[in-house]
Amino acid sequence: MVKRVVVGAHYGLKDWLAQRLTAAAMAVYTLLWLAIAGYHVGVDYDLWQALFANGAFRVATLLFGLALFWHAWIGMRDIWMDYVKPTALRLTLEMLTVVVLLGYAGWLIDILWGAR
Amino acid sequence: MSSIERPVTKPRPVYLNLVRIRLPLPGIVSILHRISGALLFLVGLPLLLAAVQSSLASPESFAALRATASSPVAKIILIGLTWAYVHHFCAGLRYLLLDIHQFIELKPARQSSVVVLACSLVLTLIIAVRVW
Repeated sequence: MVKRVVVGAHYGLKDWLAQRLTAAAMAVYTLLWLAIAGYHVGVDYDLWQALFANGAFRVATLLFGLALFWHAWIGMRDIWMDYVKPTALRLTLEMLTVVVLLGYAGWLIDILWGAR
Repeated sequence: MSSIERPVTKPRPVYLNLVRIRLPLPGIVSILHRISGALLFLVGLPLLLAAVQSSLASPESFAALRATASSPVAKIILIGLTWAYVHHFCAGLRYLLLDIHQFIELKPARQSSVVVLACSLVLTLIIAVRVW
């Protein structure tokens, strides 16, 4: 007889790791921004436009955004789980969080690649 | 069948009154990590996306955004959000170090908490002074 102890859905470790990996990705992007800010003392519209016209910078920004939205999902879900006890309300807030974050992802893609 | 002996324990006071709980330093860093994260999600994220969008839309909206951001109220909000980002960043680095078993003893844990609190305030001040 194999004795098994059921301890949950096992999403905990994956989320824990995802939270740390997305944090590391965002930290790298933050350092990139500090480098850009340190290089250019002032910023005008042309420079700003040129920065966001750069393909590599757009992709890096999209990756930062996706890491941020995933990270925020895990963090906000933890907060809802800890403080909101009624199941219906908690599920509603979790669903709202997902919808808002997916909406933000679409918004970001529109900002980066949409018509200007 | 023998019953399991339970150790005799004295009834302990239970304080769940948030005003009366005195958090230790790592606890303060922890709750601020959570509060700053929630602030960044609820306030920072929509503001950031809206700001990036209008900053790129046209030279006029870029100038309008710059004018809006230089009002005193906007500056206070931006400094608050800067602190939230920097604190979340520094406290997050501390958690990564705790994950690899650094500073896990009581004294180093307290000291690293002070470092996180101090660093985030100093960095916020530096960024605030540099940007304005």
